[in-house]
Amino acid sequence: MFQIEFDNDTVVGIDLGTTNSLVAYMNLTRPEVIPGDDGDKLVPSIVSFMSNGEIVVGNKARQELIDHPDRTIYSVKRLMGRGIADVQDELKLFPFRIADDSESIIRVLLGDKTFTPPEISAFILRQLKQNAEQALGQPVTKAVITVPAYFNDAQRQATRDAGRIAGLDVLRLVNEPTAAALAYGLDKRQEGIIAVYDLGGGTFDISILKLHEGIFEVLATNGDTHLGGDDIDNRLLKIALEDLQSEWGEDLSHVGEAVQTLRLEIIRVKESLSFLPIAHIDFAWHGKQYHREVTRELFENLIKDIVDRTLGPCRSCMKDADVTPEQIDEVVLVGGSTRIPLVRSAVEVLFRAKPHTELNPDEVVALGAAVQAGILAGTVENQLLLDVTPLSLGIEIAGGVVSKIIHRNSTIPASASETFTTGVDGQTNVLIHVVQGEREMAKDCRSLLRFDLKDIAPMPAGMPRIDVRFLIDANGILNVTARDARTGKEQSIDVQPSYGLTLEQIEKICDEAIEHGEEDLLAAQAALARVDADGILLAVEKAKKNDAWLDLTDAERGQVDDAIRQLQTVYHTDDHQAIRDKIDVLNEATHKLAENMMNTAVGGALKGTKI
Amino acid sequence: MNYFEVFEIPPALALDLKDLETRFYALSRKLHPDLRRNPAERAEAEEATAILNDAYRTLRDPIKRSEYLLKLEGFDIGEQTSKDVPPELLEEVFELNMAIEDADVQQLESARQKFEGMCGEIDDEMHRDFDRWDQTHNREALTAVRGLLNRRKYITNLIEKANVPDRV
Repeated sequence: MFQIEFDNDTVVGIDLGTTNSLVAYMNLTRPEVIPGDDGDKLVPSIVSFMSNGEIVVGNKARQELIDHPDRTIYSVKRLMGRGIADVQDELKLFPFRIADDSESIIRVLLGDKTFTPPEISAFILRQLKQNAEQALGQPVTKAVITVPAYFNDAQRQATRDAGRIAGLDVLRLVNEPTAAALAYGLDKRQEGIIAVYDLGGGTFDISILKLHEGIFEVLATNGDTHLGGDDIDNRLLKIALEDLQSEWGEDLSHVGEAVQTLRLEIIRVKESLSFLPIAHIDFAWHGKQYHREVTRELFENLIKDIVDRTLGPCRSCMKDADVTPEQIDEVVLVGGSTRIPLVRSAVEVLFRAKPHTELNPDEVVALGAAVQAGILAGTVENQLLLDVTPLSLGIEIAGGVVSKIIHRNSTIPASASETFTTGVDGQTNVLIHVVQGEREMAKDCRSLLRFDLKDIAPMPAGMPRIDVRFLIDANGILNVTARDARTGKEQSIDVQPSYGLTLEQIEKICDEAIEHGEEDLLAAQAALARVDADGILLAVEKAKKNDAWLDLTDAERGQVDDAIRQLQTVYHTDDHQAIRDKIDVLNEATHKLAENMMNTAVGGALKGTKI
Repeated sequence: MNYFEVFEIPPALALDLKDLETRFYALSRKLHPDLRRNPAERAEAEEATAILNDAYRTLRDPIKRSEYLLKLEGFDIGEQTSKDVPPELLEEVFELNMAIEDADVQQLESARQKFEGMCGEIDDEMHRDFDRWDQTHNREALTAVRGLLNRRKYITNLIEKANVPDRV
């Protein structure tokens, strides 16, 4: 009998932030952030490609930002899951150099090479993985990664892709405010309604949750994926650059080295103004000195509209959650930008409550990610997160109008089924366009993907009936399956994501990384493939005990057994591709069995319930 | 399995939402994919939980719940045609529409209040029909609910229209 190997290694929680990234784990009963070898818990999300080919991440890359701005990148999270048209505003303010061949996926030029945002994020993840491995003294292959709650499907996929490229099995994407609530909820109140206000480096989220005996039920979420501390920095930066223009008669806004030096100084001034009423910008450049006093009052006038922009989503969120400010028991602040006094007072006024700040707002998301990792690993008991999808999912119908099929703030996993037919006699395919957003016209929403229902048997118009099932999984990512309603046969679909990497591209990136001498990645990929193999082998063993197994013909059973043997033969090799191929073979062979099983399993699981 | 069976409760138009929530939490703890270690079990749990969540979303909302129950009971609640709507209502809606087009902000606000009042009356009447069906399973009550749902849809559309200016 084939033995199943279960992995017991630690699952880490990762906060992949715009400005800083952190990795944490459950140390017995408490989440704990793991510092890097420089002792710093925060790893700046900066990546630099040195001229000798070495890649440095974090504090080491920070200096490169000034010395080699053309080889160094920060705030790459702003580009995740976006198309070139989405980031035009970003490009005016951030020194991203975009390669010419950027279309559905952006390619960033660093030195003489180009990289996609998930590849760059993967370098940060690899650094965090390494930090965790050194601290824990064991390989780390599994992670929970946090994303802004308001991230759309493409942005979530890009984050998952980054994990995969870094050699991590991403067990779950968790929304950042929800993770923060988990970190706070561990030893806090057991009942009540809490609001999490999360203003990070590049994104803003607001989530309202209901706590009940260890269940964290998100009632509603809202936000803006284009709003954060970076925007505040840019306001101050703009003033300083204008000063320089008038005082020195020099436009430095396109001189990377100058802008980056000035930016670091401005961040220091911004941070000082959270504690002091006055701070000073000091900047030296080629023998010239620039000095400017900034009062908190001036600073607050500069950023007031940015802070105000967070209040609209907060009100919408309360409306969607069907709660009034009085009903909110606690408010939790997350993200470095919530240290700004103006932000705190705006939150206090809106929610009529003094916000919680006991936990470090920079660390709380990573701590919560570690708690969720513990839940998934089974080491944290009695806690359960029920999150929601931030944006409505719809399909484009006649006239470019959107028909919503899963509404925003639906608890995930969430599903919907739609039946499609043909409009013309003999039509053999139907093209479907899936979008995300709240607007009525498809062109105003975010295009997610297009898929083609292919190989429909030619029939008079309106006769074919294709049932399409849309499932938003617990990561907030859409899965689509289709079947012919008359024959019950699985319908082939060809999915074309509107943005991001295709599976082939990810595999190619991973393969290229291996060619560049990263054998650990190869081993990690084989390990990941084995995890998947374990899953299907166990499922098939279980299925064989089900009546569904006996319903198959002898030939069908023979095919399954043969496919199992084939998979077992390659299981212990380091050839992840071979393992994946054989998983596909087994998948194919057990198709019918799995379908029968699924039907009875869902029914059985629910029927056995006693309350 | 229908959504009422998911929660192991008899089909009803009026539901105790606190009880439904208690059942939802208990079932979530039983079915949720996060509490499964094995990938294959997790996939099954994800399917089961999706159905549970869909069921909860439908049943906790009185409008979605009654539409769902009508469908279960064989009523066609798909696309409405104007023949479903009594002519006097169409006339009423037409007049209200006209009123909205010519209205200033103050008139819009009073129109909105009027529509919300109408909506409240519909809801009261609907809840009486909910109880009537739950107690007697008399199909006439369902027919009445269906008519009220149609009427309500027209009114809520009007409320949305009257709301537009303060959204801009």
